[in-house]
Amino acid sequence: MSGYILSKDNLPKFITEIMGKNKVFAPVEVNDETYFKEIKNPKDINMKYDNSKLPPKSLLFCQTETLFKFTPGTKVKIQPPDINNSKKAIFGIRPCDAKSFFIIDPVFKEDFEDPFYVTRRDNMLLVGLSCTNPYPNCFCTSFNDSPASSKHVDILLTDIGEKYFVEVNSEKGKKIVKSSLFKPATKADETKKKEVEKKAVNSITRFQKIDKIDEKLDKIFENHFWKEIADKCLRCGTCTYLCPTCHCFDIQDESTMIEGGRVRIWDTCMIPEYTLQASGYNPRPTRANRVRNRVYHKYNYYPKNLDVIACVGCGRCIEGCPVNIDIIDVVTRAGEVKP
Amino acid sequence: MSENPYQPNLATIENIKEEVGGERAIKTFRLKFQDKNLQNNFMFQPGQCAMVSLLGKGECMFAISSSPTKKGYIEVSVMRHGKVTKALHEAEVGDVVGVRGPYGNNFDMKGWKGKNIVFIGGGIGQAPLRCLIDYVLDNKKDYGKLDVIYGARTTEDISFKDEFAELEKRKDVSVHLSIDVKEDGWKKFVGFVPDNLLKVKPSPKNTIAVTCGPPIMIKFVIQNLEKLGFNDDQIFTTLEMRMKCGIGKCGRCNIGNLYVCKDGPVFSYRELKKLQGER
Repeated sequence: MSGYILSKDNLPKFITEIMGKNKVFAPVEVNDETYFKEIKNPKDINMKYDNSKLPPKSLLFCQTETLFKFTPGTKVKIQPPDINNSKKAIFGIRPCDAKSFFIIDPVFKEDFEDPFYVTRRDNMLLVGLSCTNPYPNCFCTSFNDSPASSKHVDILLTDIGEKYFVEVNSEKGKKIVKSSLFKPATKADETKKKEVEKKAVNSITRFQKIDKIDEKLDKIFENHFWKEIADKCLRCGTCTYLCPTCHCFDIQDESTMIEGGRVRIWDTCMIPEYTLQASGYNPRPTRANRVRNRVYHKYNYYPKNLDVIACVGCGRCIEGCPVNIDIIDVVTRAGEVKP
Repeated sequence: MSENPYQPNLATIENIKEEVGGERAIKTFRLKFQDKNLQNNFMFQPGQCAMVSLLGKGECMFAISSSPTKKGYIEVSVMRHGKVTKALHEAEVGDVVGVRGPYGNNFDMKGWKGKNIVFIGGGIGQAPLRCLIDYVLDNKKDYGKLDVIYGARTTEDISFKDEFAELEKRKDVSVHLSIDVKEDGWKKFVGFVPDNLLKVKPSPKNTIAVTCGPPIMIKFVIQNLEKLGFNDDQIFTTLEMRMKCGIGKCGRCNIGNLYVCKDGPVFSYRELKKLQGER
């Protein structure tokens, strides 16, 4: 791990440098909560944020997206969309949220490439910020990840006191640290980063047991367990909207008599309408069907198809669930159910 | 940058054929792409689907019900049921629709060469089988004995009536129609499709069985095929689910870890058995 040092005094200058080349989105405090918003001034960034209320997913996969516009009626015409390829940066993204992009990349990149997501992804710089103060419901370490991992960002900043320890993980990152603001790190800096990382890792108190979870789930699909778990679900869909790896969407036409657009909107698998067919038949009519599907999608189907669990341990669904359905608890208990 | 996979190509409705009237109306729409190049190069295989949309109303996935051996157009056969299909049923010849595809996997036409085929359809489930039957008849020398078993609720509900009448005239196909409930003048089988299958009793020897229809029908057809001695690799079905993207991204059409839009819609019974999931 060869690293660099950025002094805290130089942080605003560094952010300004990034802002010179990119539209920058960063954690900003609004009414005691942190959100990723476009910043105009480096001072707006909250470098000490705990966890953003919403993941930065919408910066790549927009909550609503016009896929194309059209003229309806007899003189039908289709107007292709303008896909904005401007340079953007997420400054201060947490390692867990950065990993979520890596998890949903194949959905949008493979087979039929999604030009909306891919264009944004290719033009997106990720400046990570190590999580030094994990939330009570954080559990990224259950997946062998670290709150101070540079694996899925271009460069990673770790607060080691009066300065940031900087790790580089991509060609884009290499270019950035060429700036005179970055100095080579010493062995002592590196040791300090490891200490900070260890402290963060040790402050994570919750663990999900995921050993062979995909195989275990294969054996308990029909178990009564899923009904017990799902009985309190209000089908509000909060878990899916807060989840950094949920990628399901709906497509609807929004149109007047004169003009219209085909629009993609985030959807939620927790409502029956999601799978309801026109005939009235519904393959997932019950809450147990839907809760089970969400858990299996992340802990069984995703590992089967893409060899990765589609959860990063951010804990947002646990914080947000109005009836305290706790994914750590659900999955850990599922692994203990006797087939 | 890659092209936009959500953007359809425009096609004109060339012909509309009313297959079934009334409450559960079915119409077959013949579509021709406005772009001549695309029309000539639109290649698909029996079993594949296309997303058809009325701009401003929405988009639905349909099995392509015409055979790829019929050049110059594609057809979809649509039951009037939801928002988009109701709007489609109000469309007229000359109206313009959006079409994207073809999507999904297909029947193994090469692998089935030299085999007998039993087609077992129910209701609008005949649409993908219609494509398959036409394809096989246009390549008759490649395939053996053909049995077409089809049932609908009432005589009114039988789709592709004229085509079944034509098939019945042919010597190289046996057609076995049924209706669920007795009607005056109906001399053929009365009862459900799985029961008619048992009565027809096709031999499993060197034979493929393909079925499509309501989920409950498929379930009992498969049970009865097993009774007749068909094994898991001889039984095929084509499934449907609610779909939005058609390209394995929007998430809703999964059965277990597979997406019907992308990994299906055609599954062998062996594949289906392995697949744990709601369907």
